[in-house]
Amino acid sequence: MAKRDDLGLREALADRLLPMLVAAMSFLAALGLAGTLASASLAASWQNQASGTLTIQVPQPNDPDISGKSTRLAVVQAALGSTPGVTNPQVMSEADENALLTPWLGENATQLGLQMPAVISASWAGPGAPDALSGALNKIAPGTLVDAGAIWAARVAALTGSLQTCAAAVLVIVALVAAAVVAVAARAGLAQRRDTIAIVHGLGALDGDIADRFASRATLLVVMGAIIGTIAALPVLAWLSALAAPFAGPNGNNALFSLPLPLWLSLPILPLGAAGIGWVTAQITVRRWLRGLP
Amino acid sequence: MVRFEDVWLKYRNRPGTPGRDVLRGISFEIPDGGFRWLTGPSGAGKTSLLKLIYLAEHPARGLIDILGTRAANISRREAALLRRRIGVVYQDFRLLPQLSAYDNVALPMRLAHRGEAQIAADVTEILRWVGLEDKLHARPDELSGGAQQRIAIARAVVARPKLLVADEPTGNLDDEQAQRLMLLITALNRLGTTVIVATHNMALVERYPAPKLRIEAGKMVQHG
Repeated sequence: MAKRDDLGLREALADRLLPMLVAAMSFLAALGLAGTLASASLAASWQNQASGTLTIQVPQPNDPDISGKSTRLAVVQAALGSTPGVTNPQVMSEADENALLTPWLGENATQLGLQMPAVISASWAGPGAPDALSGALNKIAPGTLVDAGAIWAARVAALTGSLQTCAAAVLVIVALVAAAVVAVAARAGLAQRRDTIAIVHGLGALDGDIADRFASRATLLVVMGAIIGTIAALPVLAWLSALAAPFAGPNGNNALFSLPLPLWLSLPILPLGAAGIGWVTAQITVRRWLRGLP
Repeated sequence: MVRFEDVWLKYRNRPGTPGRDVLRGISFEIPDGGFRWLTGPSGAGKTSLLKLIYLAEHPARGLIDILGTRAANISRREAALLRRRIGVVYQDFRLLPQLSAYDNVALPMRLAHRGEAQIAADVTEILRWVGLEDKLHARPDELSGGAQQRIAIARAVVARPKLLVADEPTGNLDDEQAQRLMLLITALNRLGTTVIVATHNMALVERYPAPKLRIEAGKMVQHG
């Protein structure tokens, strides 16, 4: 069929309602996409930070160790120094410990005569969680606590995984609703042009010819709507990016330009995805409808 | 060739209901290049028989052969391509209201992916033949019933179909236009197009003698 509006689809598939509905869907999809990417990015960042740290508390640090030849703190430090994967073990200074306790115990907390544990911070670069380390340290200095960031990293991973799943579910729902909107619009267009289509069908138009005409028109309107919706989402994404900035580290002053690169690269997928949904949905809807003709 | 062998057509008001036999045991054969009048009283089944020929209906039973193709066993694509070889003049014109006279007539050629240069030459020529060369850009609702009928006729013949099916083609034409139309149809027939014309106009049938198919109450009562 020639590339002209023989079926009168400019009137039957009008250029207002469908683009506006798709624009709303694209707006939501942009937020969902940003949510998916942001949660993935935050998850990676938080997991890197959390999984690489160790905090060790040694009670009665100056008491003798099991062998009685050294202090408990010294043997724990020595053990940490010889454990593969543990790097940079550092005992927290009295000033740092005091600063840590001040909110609860007031200034000069370490002068109160309380028996305070020694706190050692270290980096963990070994594979997985340092599960065996706690047992090894407790043998030489009973009561030693090892707080591995990997445990928190696993919890963060679970949390961000569920957030990503929710965001992906939003994208899927938005895609399904967009497909439903296109199907309804196509069926309305078919109903409006029923006689015209019957005539063209009778003159020998192939089902594919008619479906292509509907799909082309629907895709054009859907892409228009998707572009409008995506552009409309940019200020909101910039605002959300500015709100999330403290959690994601330092960035530039302009919130729009501080949107992450993966998001900029992903946003053009929305009109392309919408085009695919529009084309396929219109083709299926029209071809099924045409089956009702002889 | 058009061949019907014991063809029955049933209309159902709703799927699953018994329905009503509109055509009963119709059998006839028209050779390639043949001309047949289709006559009979109103409601006898003439339009229904034509619908079977231009593949707008499926028979309840029986065999239909159109231009060498067994109509029952063809795919939708083959049916569409077969329809392109059949020119149809509908009783109610069936023009596209949003298109000009020119574009309505050009439609079958565009469906067949003919070039615009050829379309322009053929459409202009056929509209001149039916006396509407000055109405190229008029839409159907701007034209009289007779003019719309002539556009419908022009659309049916512009692609030089192998089979021409006309349902009361002169119903809205004056005598001069009816004569002109019959000249066009007989000219096409001489060039090899098989023609079937359903009509009530017995004067026209007398003026252009040809074998007749006569239907009464859904049954063929005269053949040849």
